[in-house]
Amino acid sequence: MLNIHDVSLTFNEGTPDEKIALDDINLELQKGEFVTVIGSNGAGKSTLMNVISGSLIPDVGDVLIDDQNVVHLPEYKRSKMVGRVFQDPMAGTAPSMTIEENLAMAYSRDKKRRLVPGVSKKRKDHFRDYLDTLNLGLEDRLNAKVGLLSGGERQALSLLMATFTEPKILLLDEHTAALDPSRAELITKITGDVVSKFGLTTMMVTHNMQQALDLGDRLFMMDKGQIIFDVKGEEKQNLIIKDLLDEFQRIRGEQIASDKAILG
Amino acid sequence: MLISLFGAVESGAIYAIMALGVYLSFRVLNFPDLTVDGSFVTGAGITGMLIVNGMSPITATLVGAFAGFIAGCITGILHTKGKINALLAGILMMIALYSINLRFMGQPTVSMLNETTIVNQIQSFWSPAIDSALNSIFIGADRVPTTWAILIIMTIVTLAIKFMLDFFLKTEVGLAIRATGDNQKMIRSLSANTNFLIIIGIGLSNGLVALSGALVAQHGGFANLNMGIGMIVIGLASVIIGEALFGKKTIARVTLAVIGGAIIYRVVITLALRVDFLESSDLKLITAVLVIAALVTPKILQSRREKKRRLAKRAALMERKGREASA
Ligand SMILES: Nc1ncnc2c1ncn2[C@@H]1O[C@H](COP(=O)(O)OP(=O)(O)OP(=O)(O)O)[C@@H](O)[C@H]1O
Ligand SMILES: [Mg+2]
Repeated sequence: MLNIHDVSLTFNEGTPDEKIALDDINLELQKGEFVTVIGSNGAGKSTLMNVISGSLIPDVGDVLIDDQNVVHLPEYKRSKMVGRVFQDPMAGTAPSMTIEENLAMAYSRDKKRRLVPGVSKKRKDHFRDYLDTLNLGLEDRLNAKVGLLSGGERQALSLLMATFTEPKILLLDEHTAALDPSRAELITKITGDVVSKFGLTTMMVTHNMQQALDLGDRLFMMDKGQIIFDVKGEEKQNLIIKDLLDEFQRIRGEQIASDKAILG
Repeated sequence: MLISLFGAVESGAIYAIMALGVYLSFRVLNFPDLTVDGSFVTGAGITGMLIVNGMSPITATLVGAFAGFIAGCITGILHTKGKINALLAGILMMIALYSINLRFMGQPTVSMLNETTIVNQIQSFWSPAIDSALNSIFIGADRVPTTWAILIIMTIVTLAIKFMLDFFLKTEVGLAIRATGDNQKMIRSLSANTNFLIIIGIGLSNGLVALSGALVAQHGGFANLNMGIGMIVIGLASVIIGEALFGKKTIARVTLAVIGGAIIYRVVITLALRVDFLESSDLKLITAVLVIAALVTPKILQSRREKKRRLAKRAALMERKGREASA
């Protein structure tokens, strides 16, 4: 489903600010696989997401979605196949437009945009059903401007918009990080629900190790632009936070003061 | 007095089309486009030239509007593909158009006084009976408008454009254009080609501006190379005044507000110029003051209202405390 071959990316090459953000990444995701990605600040997690979505082009290497090399496909074309939710709740929605208009735009993601009304009666019913699954009462506020919603409500809406057209790849970059704990938990739960409902191939970055262990069926640990640890299946189900810390120390030979300092 | 106000409303209805174009670039796309001063003349000049050369006025007007569309698209391309700052892209296109317009027109002024224009076509189709019926409303006025034809037809045209714009902005493409002005990153992640949408949007905006220019020229009977100077400010003034007076809750409401703003702008200018100590050279100053007033007044009113509300709350709190203390 998703293959990444020999991808490297260096920012500001040849200047004092030179930064190797991705260092020869190789990975393969099967259809329906749900990977959680952890790693310290600056490890290259967001850069990897941006390379997959097409907002960054790697220096070398290929990105294949369904065996099609998309590395030079512009972001707007690739996003027919790739759904995203950003960390910033403001980033995933258009604030001055209504909930139904935002949903209509997401609905057009994998289709050609035409000169017909974006919000039809039939679609409205559709949208209401989708919103109903969030249990946030948004289905009664279709005409409310999205700018009036709380961060958690917006993030739930962004998640719905990113997923309900069933993209081939779903990218979630710390999409619960800006929320309070109870909202974050709600969004985490909704994430698990929609991913399994649509069987989406998903990559989720998080700084919350417990969340990384609870969700998904595979886990990457990134450091200094590399994937240093990759577990799946039963082995992942049995992991606990302490295992992750020990693993990091074993691979990097560095002492970790606490999970907060390195991974959190 | 009545006659000059009538004329103000009449030309306001025509300039409103330009204001709708400015609304599309400045408000919807969030793109401060200064091409307007040039594309207004492009519409006027090309249409004028074609009419003088014998083309049918309606075709000539459409060609003029299309030329404005192309000019706007080029501004859009400069900004998106050329990565030139929006303001600068518009300014560059504006000065380029000055020369291009002169090329098309051949001379700084193209007169259409002896030609058949849309304006006198409308008048010849018009039944004078409607005029006398409407003029009978103004019994007692010393002078009555010679014809209502232009006012009524132009209002219909402007409203038709408004409704088309309202519809367009709610289509799938229209939603994506609005989102491009609101949150580009988001709509790109929803597979919209924002560069294309900006180019088309700025093109349409300048198409409307040029259409307005073509109609203004036919209304006045001439096209002049300098008739576009300050047009962007007039457009913005109309948008801002309209929004301040009529609100901006929904798309349909704002576009109506913009038309209202364009007409009110003309009326206020006309009234101001009748004041003894103001001269026509003060026009720009009056415009500036109008825009400032439209921008500042709503804010002052809002903070007044807030203050009042807080004072009322405070009084209620004091009263409750006083009651509790005495209890
Ligand atoms: N546009 C850019 N220009 C220059 N350097 C960049 C750019 N984007 C990222 N970097 C650098 O590349 C490295 C990897 O950044 P990235 O955002 O991928 O980290 P991350 O793993 O997502 O970290 P975090 O957990 O803080 O989000 C960092 O050192 C960062 O400073
Ligand atoms: Mg990041």
